[in-house]
Amino acid sequence: MLDYETLKVIWWLLVGVLLVGFAVMDGHDMGVGTLLPFVGKDDTERRVIINTVGPHWDGNQVWFITGGGAIFAAWPLVYATAFSGFYWAMLAVLWALFFRPVGFDYRSKIDNATWRTTWDWGLFVGGAVPPLIFGVAFGNLLQGVPFHFDANLVPYYEGSFWGLLNPFALLAGVVSSAMITFHGAVYLAHRTEGDIQQRAIRAALLFGVIALVAFAAAGVWVQSIPGYVIAAGADPAGLPNPLAKEVVREAGAWMVNYRHQPLLWAVPALAFLGGLAALWAVRAGRTFFAFWASSVMIAGVIGTAGVAMFPFILPSSSDPRSSLTVWDSVSSHLTLTVMFWATVIFMPLIIAYTSWAYKVMAGKVTKAYILENEKQAY
Amino acid sequence: MSETLVDLSRLQFAATAMYHFLFVPLTLGLTWMLVIMESLYVMTGKQVYQDMVKFWGKLFGINFALGVTTGITMEFQFGTNWAYYSHYVGDIFGAPLAIEGLMAFFLESTFIGLFFFGWNRLSRTQHLLVTLLMAVGTNLSALWILVANGWMQNPVGSEFSFQTMRMEMTNFWDVIFNPVAQAKFVHTVSAGYVTGAMFVLSISAYYLLKKRDLEFAKRSFRVAAAFGFASACSVVVLGDESGYTMAEKQQSKLAAMEAMWETEPAPAGLKLIAGIDEADQRNTWELEIPWVLGIIGTRSLDTPLPGIKEIIARNRERVESGVEAVKALNVLRRDASDSQALALFETHKQNLGFGLLTRKYVADISQVTPEIMDKAAASTVPPVKPLFWTFRIMVLLGFSFIALFAVALWYSVKDTFTEKRWLLRWALWFLPLPWIASEMGWFVAEYGRQPWTIAEVLPTHLSVSTLSVQSLYGSLAGFVGFYTLLLIVELYLMFRFGRLGPSSLGTGRYHWERQGAMQSA
Repeated sequence: MLDYETLKVIWWLLVGVLLVGFAVMDGHDMGVGTLLPFVGKDDTERRVIINTVGPHWDGNQVWFITGGGAIFAAWPLVYATAFSGFYWAMLAVLWALFFRPVGFDYRSKIDNATWRTTWDWGLFVGGAVPPLIFGVAFGNLLQGVPFHFDANLVPYYEGSFWGLLNPFALLAGVVSSAMITFHGAVYLAHRTEGDIQQRAIRAALLFGVIALVAFAAAGVWVQSIPGYVIAAGADPAGLPNPLAKEVVREAGAWMVNYRHQPLLWAVPALAFLGGLAALWAVRAGRTFFAFWASSVMIAGVIGTAGVAMFPFILPSSSDPRSSLTVWDSVSSHLTLTVMFWATVIFMPLIIAYTSWAYKVMAGKVTKAYILENEKQAY
Repeated sequence: MSETLVDLSRLQFAATAMYHFLFVPLTLGLTWMLVIMESLYVMTGKQVYQDMVKFWGKLFGINFALGVTTGITMEFQFGTNWAYYSHYVGDIFGAPLAIEGLMAFFLESTFIGLFFFGWNRLSRTQHLLVTLLMAVGTNLSALWILVANGWMQNPVGSEFSFQTMRMEMTNFWDVIFNPVAQAKFVHTVSAGYVTGAMFVLSISAYYLLKKRDLEFAKRSFRVAAAFGFASACSVVVLGDESGYTMAEKQQSKLAAMEAMWETEPAPAGLKLIAGIDEADQRNTWELEIPWVLGIIGTRSLDTPLPGIKEIIARNRERVESGVEAVKALNVLRRDASDSQALALFETHKQNLGFGLLTRKYVADISQVTPEIMDKAAASTVPPVKPLFWTFRIMVLLGFSFIALFAVALWYSVKDTFTEKRWLLRWALWFLPLPWIASEMGWFVAEYGRQPWTIAEVLPTHLSVSTLSVQSLYGSLAGFVGFYTLLLIVELYLMFRFGRLGPSSLGTGRYHWERQGAMQSA
């Protein structure tokens, strides 16, 4: 059995893997959904776009569901505090996501222009809103969130929904939105041909540049916002108790990990390299490579924020000692062990059969395919 | 916690869960029917069987979309609305939820894509395998969520830790092989199979009554009759298994369901119906079958089942001990090394949940009076009337399903069911009933768990998030409005495609397409 401290770090990595998996897999569906009303000029074109993700969006969405479940199991205090605190933001994500299953499945079942356009915009909402909100949420995590625990560890959130919409958080929202739309555009370019592909490539170039510029701007800005540092009391190997430590706020504290361990600069570097490579490749028509490169960019961007904050997960701006960290918001040693083995067993299986599903459905989705499968395709 | 906040949180959870369960049972049942139909296709090579898979699969997809939509909420609502619950039991409860995602949701959701879009890219056997894996995934998800739910009813394999102020897992296998979870799993999936079978049986009966697409409808009807009969029998038999585990693990729920005020001499009788006087804690009249409840509940003739009054009296003592546990815990939270408090806490620990019940009436544990303890003890048995009647409706429906499927199977074997219009009409009118039975079943299970979220461990009123009442009104209205709108859209599509029948596949082989061809000619 792995020791408690090691497992706590492993679970930080695993949650990161799930988040990156979600952003790469569900992200490209969401990017495609965001682009749908703009890149698809008529009904057949829109059906082509929808059917590039048609067989896969449901499996991909499970990264989101499983991410939620894994945070519940591994970091119950984070699950409890973040989702109840960000109540309306979370509901906005859920309600936006409601449009996707029904949008995909119901849209083309009725041959009526109003019906279909309505669902197209539903798919747009389901694709565009979640990445924006997740970005804004990350922007707030980096600044700290106003909450505290009482002696029985009941969480109290003291902020409001509108307080989440501050300038830095909105910039983080732009990074996230542009990155996911970029990724979706790259995927779309890979799975389509002709006019649709050309429009997807143009969208990719636009959103890729926005994402990289916004990410660089956020990187500069983050050096001057107050970060958080554990001053005393956190015991990495001990029983989790978030109230046992002392935390201080310090400008530039999010750069400390990078200063102590310069190798970590590789993570933001990957974000830039991946993004630039994806931009070059999608322009050159090497769309398959571009998809992997934009995936690397996503991993780099999420990793950059994670590394900066480590060991913090959810810092508290109003009561810093209530901040949740990798050491004190975790579940028990046994549960982390059980969940570790469950992940080790199932994650490779999931990757294997997901790859097989993509292999079976590989190739361009064409207008001819839609016309031949009028009744069966989405 | 304000009472209104707690009530609204419960109402929202109940509403979203019950909406979700409008779609789940049909998914559970239809997947296996699709596997059966597709196996027939692979074995016989007959086109009609492939058409059956595709058409019933289309209706399956319409239903599945809303199952996914309403399911997204469930994974996150513990966090958004039940924050203290999530902290207090996440160590145990979160694990099956996460494993459900890893083991079941990925499987069903990945293969459902290939089920719909893989027909021309997979061999027949490969496609059958895809359908089978989708069915396995669907049913595994039911297993894991019922492991989680079973733990709420009967929290095994765990222990309270005062250092972390929460329940922690002590034995993962105990959590999985929780007898309540296992009994609930088989009962719930059987109920889903009945729903799937009823859906196919009723709609096929509709085509037969309209004399359309006879070959297609007859074959579908037969598959549904056979699968439905087996499922309806198992749902009742396995429901009885639930009764047995309940008598051991959930005595207050059973006593309330049966309106059993007094401990009766063994073996207790089963009340068919009764006039319930909740205020005076008695029944004004009863119609009873002797012995049956005692035998179902205890599988013996001489073990008595405790009545409500006895349970409350026993729990009064547990509340008193629980109050001591809470007091000791408060000391330990300030000073973990206080050995006197620790010893006291260890003595009363198993009644901690009962002590927490008093928090509903007074925040400060030192203010608890004997009257408050009386109230807390009285609250440990849920209201009798709603449980008594919903349970009876569910059971009555269960037996009526066996009757319908038995008759349908009988005439399927004799191959004369197409002429029995009374049978076809009976089948058609029974279409909505499995959903009613399922919702009643969940009501009994979850309302009967009150006043706890985790039986005898965590009271409901302590479990909620500290949100504003306005937020709850807003989100409740949002969920109900959104879901109702989507439900209307779903039903519209279901009826439309149900009426169209296999003609919706666009093969040119079925009723409306030929009709259309004749008109244009």
